[in-house]
This record gives sequence, C-alpha cells and structure tokens, in this order.
Amino acid sequence: MDFDLSEEQRLLKDSVDGLLKTSYDFEQRKKYAEEKGGWSKSVWNKLAEQGLLGLPFSEDDGGFGAGAVETMIVMEALGKALVLEPYLATVVIGGGFLRRGGSAAQKAAYIPSIIDGSKTLAFAQLEKNSRYDLADVTTTAKKRGDGWVIDGEKFVVLNGETADTFIVTARTKGGQRDHTGIGVFLVPANAKGISIKGYPTQDGLHAADVTFSNVEVGADAAIDNPENALPLIEQVVDDARIALCAEAIGAMDESLKATVEYLKTRTQFGVAIGTFQVLQHRASDMFVALEQARSMAMFATMAQDFDDAKERATAVAAAKVQVGKSLRFVGQQAIQLHGGVGMTMEFKIGHYFKRLSMIENTFGDSDYHLKRVSDAGGLIN
Amino acid sequence: MDLSLSKDELAFRDEVRTFFKDNVPETMKQKLREGRHTSKQDLVDWTRILHKKGWAVAHWPKEHGGTGWTPVQQYIFNEELQLAPAQPPLPFGVNMVGPVIYTFGNDAQKAYYLPRIASMEDWWCQGFSEPGSGSDLASLKTTAKKKGDTYIVNGQKTWTTLAQHADWIFCLVRTDPTAKKQSGISFLLIDMKSRGITVRPIVTIDGGREVNEVFFDDVEVPAANLVGEENKGWDYAKFLLGNERTNIARVGMSKERIRRIKELASSVQSGGKPIIEDQKFREKLAMVEIELKALELTQMRVVADESKHGKGKPNPASSILKIKGSDIQQATTELLMDVIGPFAAPFAADEPGSNEISDWTTQIAPGYFNYRKVSIYGGSNEIQRNIIAKAVLGL
Repeated sequence: MDFDLSEEQRLLKDSVDGLLKTSYDFEQRKKYAEEKGGWSKSVWNKLAEQGLLGLPFSEDDGGFGAGAVETMIVMEALGKALVLEPYLATVVIGGGFLRRGGSAAQKAAYIPSIIDGSKTLAFAQLEKNSRYDLADVTTTAKKRGDGWVIDGEKFVVLNGETADTFIVTARTKGGQRDHTGIGVFLVPANAKGISIKGYPTQDGLHAADVTFSNVEVGADAAIDNPENALPLIEQVVDDARIALCAEAIGAMDESLKATVEYLKTRTQFGVAIGTFQVLQHRASDMFVALEQARSMAMFATMAQDFDDAKERATAVAAAKVQVGKSLRFVGQQAIQLHGGVGMTMEFKIGHYFKRLSMIENTFGDSDYHLKRVSDAGGLIN
Repeated sequence: MDLSLSKDELAFRDEVRTFFKDNVPETMKQKLREGRHTSKQDLVDWTRILHKKGWAVAHWPKEHGGTGWTPVQQYIFNEELQLAPAQPPLPFGVNMVGPVIYTFGNDAQKAYYLPRIASMEDWWCQGFSEPGSGSDLASLKTTAKKKGDTYIVNGQKTWTTLAQHADWIFCLVRTDPTAKKQSGISFLLIDMKSRGITVRPIVTIDGGREVNEVFFDDVEVPAANLVGEENKGWDYAKFLLGNERTNIARVGMSKERIRRIKELASSVQSGGKPIIEDQKFREKLAMVEIELKALELTQMRVVADESKHGKGKPNPASSILKIKGSDIQQATTELLMDVIGPFAAPFAADEPGSNEISDWTTQIAPGYFNYRKVSIYGGSNEIQRNIIAKAVLGL
C-alpha cells in the first residue's frame, strides 16, 4: 500500500509543472487560443522536447514505457494549467489505440510522428444518436477490394479541426447497437470524401463535425479486428476517462486554491470574507469533495492495469461518478464564492468551471456511469 | 503507487480473519448485524477473548501490552474486526484514557490502570461534555478543589456513554478558577463507586440507554489520581481527541452494513420483485458504495502516509474521515429504512443487557434514529469543517 510517487515520477511531475509554470499562465493561454486550431504548436513542440508525448509508448516504439501513474501526473498538470493542446486526443486516445491494438506496421507508421510532435490525431466516435453508448454505431465500413469504404457522420470530434489522422469507429457488420461488428480505422484527414466543420467548444478547446462519404482506405487502415474491436474501444475510452479524471483533479485543485486565495484577500464589511464561517464551511466541503475525487482518480489509475476488463470498467465508472459529483460542486461553488467576478470572462475561475463542466459530459456523465456501477452489482460484495 | 497489500500483509489479514471467524461469539455477531445494542457482558467476554490472544490493546506500545503492528496491520485488524462483525474494545479505555496514561501518567498509574484496561477488569467512561460545554468544551465548569491530598469535585458531566456500566470515569475538571479557559483544567481519574456520584440515564430517541448524566456532589478523589500536571489537562485532552479520529471512518462497518442491505433487499418484495431490482434503489445504493470506496481509499492514503512518514503531523486528508465516515454510516441506515418500508413502524423495546432477540425489523428505525448521533459526537461535523478551514485551508 503506497500512494507516494517514485523518485522518477516526482521528477516527471516537477518537469511538467515547471514547463507549464513558465509557458502557460492565463495570459499566455489566451494567445495560444488564437493560434490555428486553437492551440500552440510551439507549446506542443516543448511537450515533445521534454518527452511527454512519448511517455506511454514502449521503448521498442521509441517511447518511455511509462504507465498509468505517469499519464495521471501529466493530465493533472494539464488540468491545473487549463492546457488547450490535444494531449488527450493524440497521446492518450490515438496513442492508446495504436499501442494497444496497432500492428507493427501501424505503430511504425504513426507512433514516431506522435512522439516528435509532428502529427496529431483525433477520435471520431460520437454520432448523432449514440450519446454515451460506444456500441451504438451507424457509420459503416464496407469491404471494397482489399480495403474499406467508410460512410457516416461523426460529431464533436476533439482536435478534429487540426488532426492529421482520424481514428474512426465504424460498423462492419450487424445492427446499430450490436456489440460485435464494430471496427476502428485510421483515416488520413485529407482523404477524399471527408468534410470537416470545425468550431470552438464551450471550454475553449476545438472540435469538428466530420462527414465521411465514400472514403476509401486500404486494408491496413483497420486497427485490431475490424469485426470485433469494441473491447479495444472500451479499453481506450477507459484510458481516456481515467485521464479526464486526473485532468479534473488538477482543475479542481487549482479552482479550490484560487477560491481560498480569493476568500483571504477579498474584503467586505471591513474584513476578509474568509473569516465568515458560512464561507469557510463551503470551502471545507469543496476540499472534502476534491479529496474524495482524488482518491477515486487514483483508484481508476490503478484499475487501468486490472486483468479483468469488467472489474476495470466498473472501477473507472465509479471514479467518473465521484469525480463528476465533485467537479460539479467544486466548479459551481468556486464561482459562487468568487461572486460577480466569477461570472466574468476576464477571471480565470470561470474557465476552470467550463472545462470541468465539459469533462462531466465527455465519455459518460455521472448518471450514465452510476447506472453502469449499479448494473454491475456495485463495488462491495 | 500501489494499492495492493504485500504478501506478508495478506497472510496477516488471513490470520486475523480466521481468528475472528472462529472466535467472535455468535450472539455478538447477530446483534451487530441486526443493529442492536450489545450487553455489558457481551463486550467484557469478547474483550477477554481478544486479551487472551494479545489483541485487546493492539495499537499500544509493546512495553504496555501492544503488538508493535505497523499502521497497515492495525488498519487491516480494524477493518477485519468491523467486517466480522465484532465490536471494537471499549474506546474509552483502550483508545482514550489508556494512551493518556501511558503518555502522561506516572509509573504507579501505568502499572495499576493499564493492565486492567487491557483485560477489561475496569470499564471506563468519559467525563468531558457538560450541559453548558459541548463543542465549546473548554468552558467546562465542574470544579476540583485541592484539600490536603484529595480533590473535592463538584459539578455535572453529560452524554456520558455507558456510565451505567462504568467502574471509572476520566474527567476534565477546573482546578484553577481564576485562569482563562483552557489553562485551568486538569485530568482526573475518578472511581465511580465514590460517595457523591449519581448516574442518571438519558433515554435517546431510539428508546435506548447509551448515555447518561453524571453528577458530582462533594466527591473526594485522591490527589494521586491526577494525571500529569495540574492545570495541564487541556493538553492531554487535545492529545486524546487527536487519537479519537483514527478509525472514525468505520469503513469496514459500513461495508458490512451494505452487504446486509443487499441481502435484505434481495428478499423484501416491491411490486412483485425484490427491491434490489428497483433501478432507483440500486442507484442510490451504488452511490453510497462509490462514496464508501472513495472514503476507503482516502483512509488508505492516510494509513500509507503514516506507515511511510510516521505519525507526526496528521495528513490533511484525515480530517475528511470523520465527515464522510459519518455521512456514509447515516446513509446506510437510511437505505435500510428504504428497504423495510412500512414495516419500519412497529416498536419493540430492545432491553439493554438482554440477550433476547426480537424480530430484526423492529431495529431498523431505531438504528436510523440512533445514527443521527455520529455526525454530532467526536467533534460535530461542523466543528470538523472549522478544523479543515483553519488547519488545512488556512482561513
């Protein structure tokens, strides 16, 4: 039983925190948001230089062979700084599909350009009516010759505006919600038949709605088994959920810090408002909510390596519920305790609230995951 | 970062689990499962079983009869104890006055009291709260005036848990009425058989008699019963209350409760099917399970931190254990109310000390009523929020 970071992990944390401290304050972030696609290529290059883009990949693939804890450290730091760059889409999700399900050729073709920062990816999964159900897929991938033809519409594809390659879920067989017959395909963003409608998201990231019409890809585009890739999708989306939990911890941690600081400095009735017990108790409740969420985010991080996929899924779902519950409370109360200024675009705190709110609605909200936990019979037997 | 127990720790867990399986008396198990009060004899017998095994004061230093277990081993022991389910040894002796005596007491006090606590020779109760001194404990008014080699004690204590069984009471008394609040208080050990002590029961809303008022009318207490220095009692009290927070999370107990809830919810019918199949009920239950898992991990973080860095400065996370631990304990009693539905209503007195078992359903509502106490005692949850605001957030 040990919750401390190893010496190497501590160094990693110091290095990523240090990098973001010097190159990612709130003013700098505003500038990055105005660059192409809503994020900064130069920051991305710095992440690459520090090896952060290669963390989870095996040493054979040119990475560092780091585990779930290292990703947690990075995501928490990115959450603290409200980082806009597509780490989740490219390294966690895109990288997750490649390293977990990719062939040797696919790995060789894509991973080096992720690690050196030259290419980014985007996960085209959400459909008009699929909501949070990963098995609900109407986009089709039909065999043509040796390759595949992809048709369908995907929505809110994070980093879809600037990604070089899409990872697309598509049905090769069966009905809309069948658990078998789903494949995952690597599709170049500039392939013929793709149209991309990009836009900013509520939290300042960028996404796109992407239409695939008669898009032809080769036989080598399919990751894993094209007729049964749902287990892989579930695993990689769990990776993403775990990463989002860690990002939320970072954002909540910073929200609480900023709020406590505000309570200490803002004066009304001649005293700091932090001397009022009603506000002290609210801040204490925020602390409790944050620490409970932190515990579950750690649990989810460690669940990433569970052998039993069902056990992993339930643990991750439980973490997403706790984090979701906590982030709503911490996010909302951070605004409340800031009062009017918390409502302004100019103040940082509202931006944390917005990012946290979007995390709740990504890859399953608290209600969705609570149902999954209860369907699995709970956590205690 | 690693959640798992080591091989040795797993072996230890199995040893403890097997011991409890073989040695916890069936009556105690059944009473605890059904949320009943145990009798004095139940706890005395059980503590003596533990004592024989050398586990009654497991967390004490070895020289005073403790085991020398690591924080993780102690955590496992407590967890398994609650899961059994078995009652922990009387906290007023083993967790409260015992550590105060071995830390601040003199050799004669250590030699006399400590073995008697471990063997349950003496039943202890706690004389801290007074009618006018609850959360503001330092405002207490009970006085002890030195007269030769005795103290004359006058005043009243209240909320004294199980004083009706007690042989001894440890009291905070005012020895210097001129000093400001905290500085005039002493820590005194008083024999409950002393002349001038009257114990009056306070019946709580569940109909139970757990707490009492204790009156002191010119009670003579030998000066040798003073622990440590006169007027330093507040320091010892703070030390004691710091110890009280360990284990307050009661994760094992809440787990055991949830198992019972699942068992009962699988047999109680609603709309022609077991209530466990009702989606809304299941999600409420799952939510409590998630909160409990989070609390368990928070507690593990505290334990792991203690075993690595020693018990020095309390981990900020430990302030959460009381708040969430009591919230969850209360939530489990609410879930039981949800399960039992209209059959919560019939009342049957559960006679303290009796071993007679009435229908378990009659204990659900009293358990729910009784557990409102857990967010009040041991420093109310509002006081805990004050502590977090000041000690952790620096407000």
